[in-house]
Formats: sequence, C-alpha cells, structure tokens
Amino acid sequence: MMTVSDLTIEKNKRAATPLHSLNNLADPETDQEAQAIAKEYRSLVRKFWFAAAISIPVMLVAYPEVPWLYLPNLFVQEASQTLVRWLYVLSGLATLPVMLYSGRQFFTGAWGALKRHSADMNTLIALGTSAAWIYSTIALIIPGIFPEGTATPFYDVTAIVTALVVLGQALEVRAKGQTSQAIRKLLDLQAKTARVLRDGQEVQILAEEVLVGDVVVVRPGEKIPVDGEIIKGYSTVDESLVTGESLPIDKKVGDEVVGATLNTTGTFNFRATKVGKDTALAQIVKMVQDAMGSKAPIARLVDVVSSYFVPAVMIISILTFMVWFNFGPSPALAFAIVTAVTVLIIACPCAVGMAVPMSLVAGVGKGAEHGVLIRNGEALQTASQLKIVVLDKTGTITKGKPELTDTVPAAGFDTETLLHYAASADQPSEHPLAQAIVQGARNRGAQLADPTNFEAVPGHGVETLVAGRKVLVGNAKLMARYSINTAEINGEVERLQGEGKTAMFVAIDGKAAGVVAVADTIKDDSVQAIRVMQEAGIEVIMITGDNERTAQAIARQVGIRRVLAEVLPQDKAQEVHLLKKGGIKVGMVGDGINDAPALAEASVGFAIGTGTDVAIEAADITLMSGSLKGVAYAIEISKATMRNAKQSLAGAFAYNTLGIPVAAGLLFPIFGLLLSPLIAGAAMAASSVTVVTNANRLRFFKAKSFAKAAIN
Amino acid sequence: MDITTIFVNILGLALIALIVWYFWLFRREGVQVAEVAGLQEVTIKVKGGYDPDVIVVKKGKPVRLNFLRQESAMCSEMVIFDKIQKSAKLPEGETVAIEFTPQENGEIPFQCQMGMLRGKVIVAG
Repeated sequence: MMTVSDLTIEKNKRAATPLHSLNNLADPETDQEAQAIAKEYRSLVRKFWFAAAISIPVMLVAYPEVPWLYLPNLFVQEASQTLVRWLYVLSGLATLPVMLYSGRQFFTGAWGALKRHSADMNTLIALGTSAAWIYSTIALIIPGIFPEGTATPFYDVTAIVTALVVLGQALEVRAKGQTSQAIRKLLDLQAKTARVLRDGQEVQILAEEVLVGDVVVVRPGEKIPVDGEIIKGYSTVDESLVTGESLPIDKKVGDEVVGATLNTTGTFNFRATKVGKDTALAQIVKMVQDAMGSKAPIARLVDVVSSYFVPAVMIISILTFMVWFNFGPSPALAFAIVTAVTVLIIACPCAVGMAVPMSLVAGVGKGAEHGVLIRNGEALQTASQLKIVVLDKTGTITKGKPELTDTVPAAGFDTETLLHYAASADQPSEHPLAQAIVQGARNRGAQLADPTNFEAVPGHGVETLVAGRKVLVGNAKLMARYSINTAEINGEVERLQGEGKTAMFVAIDGKAAGVVAVADTIKDDSVQAIRVMQEAGIEVIMITGDNERTAQAIARQVGIRRVLAEVLPQDKAQEVHLLKKGGIKVGMVGDGINDAPALAEASVGFAIGTGTDVAIEAADITLMSGSLKGVAYAIEISKATMRNAKQSLAGAFAYNTLGIPVAAGLLFPIFGLLLSPLIAGAAMAASSVTVVTNANRLRFFKAKSFAKAAIN
Repeated sequence: MDITTIFVNILGLALIALIVWYFWLFRREGVQVAEVAGLQEVTIKVKGGYDPDVIVVKKGKPVRLNFLRQESAMCSEMVIFDKIQKSAKLPEGETVAIEFTPQENGEIPFQCQMGMLRGKVIVAG
C-alpha cells in the first residue's frame, strides 16, 4: 500500500516528467484498433487485387461461346484441342495461388470450425470454390469418367468468386470501422495534458498523471482534464460533447466540472475528484463498449437460426446436386455441379448474423454522442416499444429547486419594500423556500438587512425583527396565530396556489404587507420533449408526492393530462408496477437515487441529470444532461435502431430465402433461368456490405427532439 | 437406373446423414479446467473458432478465461457472454481475460458478435 509520503515522492517524480512528447500523444487503445482495422483492410485489398489480376486471364479462356472474350481467338483461327487443354491447365495452376493466398482465410476458418463440429460462412466459400476447382481438375485430367459434354473445367468460378468475396470483406471492414467510430470520437475528447499546482508552482503534466486531490488550473479555451470541483474562480463551460447539452453552463466555486469538457472564457482552479477510469468520460466509454457487446433480444432469435443455417445450406446443396443429376437435362452432371456450387456461394449467413449487432453498435454510438447512454441491447429494444413514460415531477420536469416567482404587495406597500423585509427576515433560515426568497431578492438587486430575534416556527414560518419592525413570513396558520387580517390578500394566495406555487404571507408590524410566492420552475425544454414523446404515440404521465392541485398546475403547463399525485416515494415503484399490467412497456424517468426502486421496476428506467456519476445500477438508460430531451432522444434513437435492424434482418432473410432456391435452379423449369455462380458470388459479397452500410445510415439520424429545439 | 446413378444417390444421402450427425447430433466432452490456487484458468485460442470451445468448470470457484486471438479476420474481434453480461474486444495477439465466478450449474455460452463462432462453459457441481 502507498503511504502519504510515498504519494508525495510519486507526485514529485511525476512532476519531473519531461514534456517533450506531449504533442504526439494519442490514446493507445483507439489507435491500436484503428490500426488493426487499417491493416486488415490493406491486407484484404491486396488479396483482392491478386485474385482479380488472375481472374482476368482465367476468364478469357473460360468462354469459347463469347468469341470477343475468348483468348485463343486472338492468336489462331480455330483453337486446337491441345491448345485449349493447355490453356485450362495454366488456368488451374494460376487459380491455386488465388485459393491459397487470397482465399486462405476461408480455408483456415473452415478448418478451424470443422474441428469444432461447426460450420460458418468460411465453410461455404471454401467448399464452393474448392468444389469448382477439384471438379475442373478431374475433368481436365481424366475427362473420360464424365459423360459426354460435361468435362468442361470452370476455374473462373474459383478465381472470380474468391476475388468478389474478398472485396466484399474489405468493404465490410472499412464500413465497420465507421460504425464503431463513436467510441473513438469519445476517447478523442480527452485532454492530453493538465496544468496542476505542485508546491505552489504550475506544472504541465500528462492528463493521466493527475492524482485525486490535485489542484488543476484551467485557462480560457482549455479542455478540463479530469472530473473535479471548482475551488477558485468562475467560468462558462461547454459540456455539449459529453452531455449533449448545447448551451454552455456557468460554473462557480463549489460546482462540479466534468473531464473532457471545454472551458470557454474564464480561468479557474479545481480540485480533482475523479481520475483515470473513474472519470465520467471513462465510465461513458466503458458503458458504450459494454452495450455494443451486448445482445438485443431479437438477436437471440437469429442465433437459433444461424446455428442451423450453414449445415442446412450444405444439405440443400447436396439435394440440388441430386435432383439435377437424376432429373436434369443433359449434360446433367455439369448442371448438377454448377447449381450445387452456386447454392453454396450465394448463401450468406453473415448478413443474417450481422444485421442486429451492426445496427446496435451504430445506434448505441449515436446515443452516446447526444449524452444518452444505453446500457445494453435489451434496454434499447424495450425503449423502442414503450407505450407509457412516467416522469417524476421534481428535478425531472422541473428544475428541482424552488425559485421566487411572484411578489404581490398589499395596499400601502410596494414590491421593493415587501421583498426587502421578507427576504431579510428569511436570511437566517435554512428552509429551501426561505432560501429561494433570499436568492430571488438578491437576483432582483435588493439590499438585505440582518434581522434580530430570529425565530423559526416549525410548520408555520419565521418571525423576526428587521430594522426594528416586526416581520412575519409564513402560512395562514402563522397569520392566524398573530391575528393578522389577511382578507385583502387571500384571493391572491389562492390564485398563486392554483398555479402550483407555494405562496407565503408577509406581515409587517401586525399588518398584512403582501404575498411572496416560490415555485419549482419548469426546465426550459420539458414542454418540447414531452410533446415529441406524445407525438410519437406515447402516453406521458407525471408522478409526484405533491398535492393534486400543485401537480395539476405543473401538468397543465407542460401538456400532461394524466397525473399521479400524492404518491409517497416508496410507493412509486408500485404505481409503475400497476401501469405495467397487461404487458404494457412502461418507462420511468427520475433521479438515480430516490427513484431507484421505481427505475428498476420500470421496463426501462431512465436516470436523468446525473453529472459525473454515470454508472447508475438501477438505470437502463442514463442521461448525461439534465434535460428531458434526452428521454425523447433515447426513445427516438431506439426506434430508429430497431427499425434499421429489422430492415437489415428482413433483407438478409429475404435474400437467402429467395437466393438459395434461385441458385438451386427453381426458375429453370419455368423460365429456363439459371443463376451463374459468378453472379451468386457478387450477390453474396454485396449482401453483407449492404447490411453494414444500412447500419451506417444511422450515423446520419436526425432526431425530432433535437431538431425542433434548434429551431426554437 | 444405372449403377453410377445409384452410387451417386447413395453417396448424396450418406453425405446428408454425415452432415446431420457431425454438425447437429454430435455431442462432445468438454475440456476440464485444472484448478490452481483456487483459480480455474484456461487459455482459449481464437482462430476460426474457439479452441477449446467446450470448457467444464466447477461451481463457486473463480474462472479466468484467457482469450488469445491469433487471426486478423474481423469476425472474431469480440467475444460475448450474453448470459453473464460480459464482453471483450480481442486485439490480435493479445491475451484478454474474462473473469467470473459461476454460482449455479448449467451452461454459459459465448460467441462472436455475429454468433458464427460459438463455445460454452459448462458449470458442474
């Protein structure tokens, strides 16, 4: 274990780290992955060009029926049997390195799978290309064993199919690299260096060397290196890259700052509270990675299918061969072998297997860009099916902090006087309502006096002396206790309460002086976010411990029709449980601490506005910003992702269920149509590229929840 | 029907039977993991599949599976344990450990992201 003195030594040692290489820093993990992708891509492209180069001459000797494409025609009038045979021998020899170099991974992959009693895409391609090669070679060496007209080699299938599938894989790798860009983008946000105070001196060190407790200095325009709390100075911080919140946020002493966010104009010092893997950004990256590696329930279904897929295709291929061999037109053997090979080549288990995971990776990444962290594929799939969303009122729809909203003086008093006395009287009180009045008065420029003989009367209010005058601030009970006539202002109080506000009487020297009201105000974008959800056909319900009247008042302002009021905190989970009756998917939005049981009970729990505490156990979806827009966005991106996954999945299933019978020659008896194995190879390569490309479309997804906000 | 046709048809049916048996019906013994100092540790080579792919461990003792990917094909770049909600990226040539302590008997399957490569951990008393 490290002692305090060790730590000091460690610190000094680190402070002395030379800074020469700071500019060349990049995150090793992301770099490594990008390099692996680039390396694999380059290798596949090389393999493709090699196969393509061989394919051209091989194809030129394969089609005597197409004179302008037939190589011997260039040299001789009538190619002799011997010349043709030798050209085929050369084709066969040239195709070998295509299989062994360009198609090597198919054979090693197939062998690896075979040893473990399984079969995959590699098995199909290896079988298809090698069957074509072996048949061609036997036909060339001992043509006599085959019936008349069937001993024609078709090495071009081996070469061209290998080239096409390898090209498909190369394109797929490149597209995949784009799909998983989200994590790389997140890691790129990290600050590389930090300025810390060591022995009163500012020293620049690597960001990962900042220790908890270090005082970090942040200048205008610099990135904040780790999470912490401001201890000196103030500034405005742009947190958009981490929280998705577009407006810069004012920060003062005592406020939390998040690593990887951008300081704008001020200079401040903060004490590091979380470093390394504990920072919000590191947790975000981990959560996104975990989610990308999880499974959506819909993918589990696919797993069952894909475990039977490849052997089933092999069986279909054999059956195809047998049907053509027994019942096909002459030359039956040639038709049988070509159709059997085409079936093996056209089948694409990859497209089926990749559909859901690729969309999931793209969707989860897109969410993270907007400060929406989806825990796993199951959360994403369920979020796309939500019918009801329950919003906790305090802190979710509203800011969660009361603010002074109204000051109504009685006859003979003016607003300034009323506010001056009420706020001065409330100054010593720690009650949140009193604090809201004091803060509100200060914001309005009121000068406050220090009260004497302050007394807080629990459940009533406060009584005190301000500049020698007796001031009472409190509810009707307090007024009754001192027999204050409030008849003149009772109407105002009722009106304010009807608006969901907490109204307090103020009396000065035994006379009613007016009313001050505070209310928990609605967050700026709550109305908009709720509307987006309602437009998507989701019923939005508000849940709160407040009384019915206050709750209804807030609900009206944000356009919510159904309110569950006077619900005790411990009963929220039960209410969510009741809503879930009949299998309805219910989302619950609240803070991660008080609402944890309700979040856990909901089909999808959304934890809102969590600052640097990212990994909230009870939450299926964590929203980095405090805005309800995140909920609307989460639902929108989930729907878009599931739609995308289903498109890909349906496409891949349709491709295989149509492609395989056509390849087997189902259209031949009716239309005389037979699919060339070359086209099958191209279709197979294109199908998996299409799946990845479709998933990549999600990167350009535009959400209503954010688009409208930008216009407003 | 001549002798060749009969032979070809019998061969075809035999191949189908072989495929059904080899890929679907065959049940294999798993590799029993040795326990060293309370830890059940095994290295799994990843190359066109998982080797070994059926691993037998004891309940209640920590398990460490060291995955070593020896290929650059993108298919196997991730291993997923859906049942225990774990996953890991497997950079080529690097050993990546997945650790867990199985609490009940049964099977814990693992696979690549696309579900093409598969393996399982069998937890026995």
